[in-house]
Amino acid sequence: MQALYGQLLVGLINGSFYALLSLGLAVIFGLVNVVNFAHGALYMTGAFLAWFGMSQLGIGYWPALLLSPLATGLLGMVVERTMLRRLYQLDNLYGLLLTFGLTLIIEGLFHHAYGNSGSSYPVPEALQGGANLGFMYLPRYRAWVVLVSLVVCFGSWFVIERTRLGAYLRAGTENPRLLQAFGVNVPLMMTLTFGFGVALAGFAGVMAAPIYQVSPSMGSSLIIVVFAVVVVGGMGSILGSIVTGFGLGLVEGLTKYLYPPAASTVVFVIMAVVLLFRPAGLFGRER
Amino acid sequence: MRSFASLLMATMLLTLPAAAPAADKVSDGVVRIGVLTDMTGFYSDLAGPGSVLAVQMAVADFGGTVLGKKIEVVSADHQNKADIASNTARKWFDENQVDVVVDMVNSGTALAVMPVAAEKKRITLLSGPATTAITGEKCTAYNVHYTYNNWSLANGTGREVVKNGGKSWFFITADYVFGKSLEADTAKVVEASGGKVLGAVRHPQSSSDFSSYLLQAQASGAQVVGMANAGADTINTIKQAAEFGLTPKQTLAGLLVFISDIHSLGLGIAKNMYLTTAFYWDRTDATRTWSKKFQGHPDNKKKAMPTMVQAGLYSAVTHYLKAIKAAGTDDADAVIARMKATPVDDFFAKGTIGPDGLFRHDMYLVQVKTPEASKYPWDYYTIVKTIPAAEAFPSVEAQACPLAVKK
Repeated sequence: MQALYGQLLVGLINGSFYALLSLGLAVIFGLVNVVNFAHGALYMTGAFLAWFGMSQLGIGYWPALLLSPLATGLLGMVVERTMLRRLYQLDNLYGLLLTFGLTLIIEGLFHHAYGNSGSSYPVPEALQGGANLGFMYLPRYRAWVVLVSLVVCFGSWFVIERTRLGAYLRAGTENPRLLQAFGVNVPLMMTLTFGFGVALAGFAGVMAAPIYQVSPSMGSSLIIVVFAVVVVGGMGSILGSIVTGFGLGLVEGLTKYLYPPAASTVVFVIMAVVLLFRPAGLFGRER
Repeated sequence: MRSFASLLMATMLLTLPAAAPAADKVSDGVVRIGVLTDMTGFYSDLAGPGSVLAVQMAVADFGGTVLGKKIEVVSADHQNKADIASNTARKWFDENQVDVVVDMVNSGTALAVMPVAAEKKRITLLSGPATTAITGEKCTAYNVHYTYNNWSLANGTGREVVKNGGKSWFFITADYVFGKSLEADTAKVVEASGGKVLGAVRHPQSSSDFSSYLLQAQASGAQVVGMANAGADTINTIKQAAEFGLTPKQTLAGLLVFISDIHSLGLGIAKNMYLTTAFYWDRTDATRTWSKKFQGHPDNKKKAMPTMVQAGLYSAVTHYLKAIKAAGTDDADAVIARMKATPVDDFFAKGTIGPDGLFRHDMYLVQVKTPEASKYPWDYYTIVKTIPAAEAFPSVEAQACPLAVKK
């Protein structure tokens, strides 16, 4: 029984990464209508920027938590302005192909520069160590990850679903022309929204750097699961992606306890079942 | 003196039939070495471009020519796919007159290329793949397995760690052939040495999160946690083991760990871990001299010290070229016979290649240093024990290779 508690807690921790990443994807899909396949590569970029700041410029974890997402977000905005923008009139598929290509290029560049084994990023001093909960040893940093993820996720949800700014954003997807007629600069809003979604990926990258090895392939091993999370939650549904992120993390944790070899497939089994019965996802609306 | 003379006569008589093809001593007027390795994937830091460099250094140090003919090096990325590996090798043999294919890190690619090479009568020199089947039931007559295999890794780490007091074991194992066979080999050794296996957990390949497996290892209460996985999986296991407070209460035993892994982890995380290696750059004056040359080479962009795969490859290629020179031809039958008949004695290792193609040499059980004990860059290991060749590798008789049985 103790082992079960441990696994569930670990599942919750992993779930917070799924939630953070799928939130960014959902924001981008829901509000900019782009299937951003480069999300994993941008998550990796965020982690690498943090590592680069630490090892080359002496920038620590705390400033990196702000600076690295900002830089990643800026990169995203440049991509949106120069490339993605031209594809809005076309089918979703073109955006997917473009971002997939970008993924290959970004990962290839990092691979060329840093090799495959990657580098280690230390846990910040204030968050080192951990507590013995009786049923498991909980590293302080992991508890921090869950906390931050919850705050960021529900903060983003609140802004998008419950504030005037969020209403503009949603209106921009529903009817951009009408919104523009009200004097809102829709193209700029799109750029900023895309930048925000990408910054979330960069943020998740910094959060992940002390836990996983910072390596060029760290994004590609996660992105497929994250896409499954978004599909199960309902493409573009903010709340759906958050709840599903945490939920699937828990289910995965449970599987690791009951039958470990299935841990990497259980998410996709759930995805298949959900698609059979609710093609729009658990929280999605039929379009 | 008479016996020497008769030996000389006998040797001359033996070489007589070979005299006819020796008119064209080197096929196509060039000795071409094909380096088939993982250039960009999981194993590219421990083999990859460093392997190509090691081969180029071997050729340059040999003088660039053998029997008056040029030695050329070509390379290709097998992307860890067996079909790409065998197709590349076939093309090299058929169209590019490649005489020998080397490296083939990743057992799957090695097992795919070996039969192709044997069919075309070309030699394979393996440094990197680990499965014991290479010189066991899947052995071929034209193959040399050079640096290490699962058996030597399992025996080195398994036996010595039990001897040093690590009696109870728990395995974290990659859920595919390589991991399972490494776990099984090691478990056998642990039990035979008086240890006990308390349990094991199998994880899918390239999992990034190991916390739940580590919790199970922690709950088992085993003294030693054996990692039967490789590359990024091992790195993340070690990193997260430190995070979850597994170490130092429990000791990690790496079953296949390279110095490139330790370098990327840092000593703060990897310290005190046991592992078995065929080569450590800081072992003797000769290893230091060669390794510093490798590290300082202008083509070594990352200025990394050589892994055992890369050092082994240099030694293997040098041994191959020496065999061509001694045999007076690059004919595969003559060269492989010469390679197996001549002992290897260089900075990398001393030993002999058996009829099964396995190079038996000393291995080293090492412990990773603490950051405080490390005095200069890449000062990572303390050699705990030299494992003599006879204990480090299976005997010829114990191999399931048909070549090893018939005499």
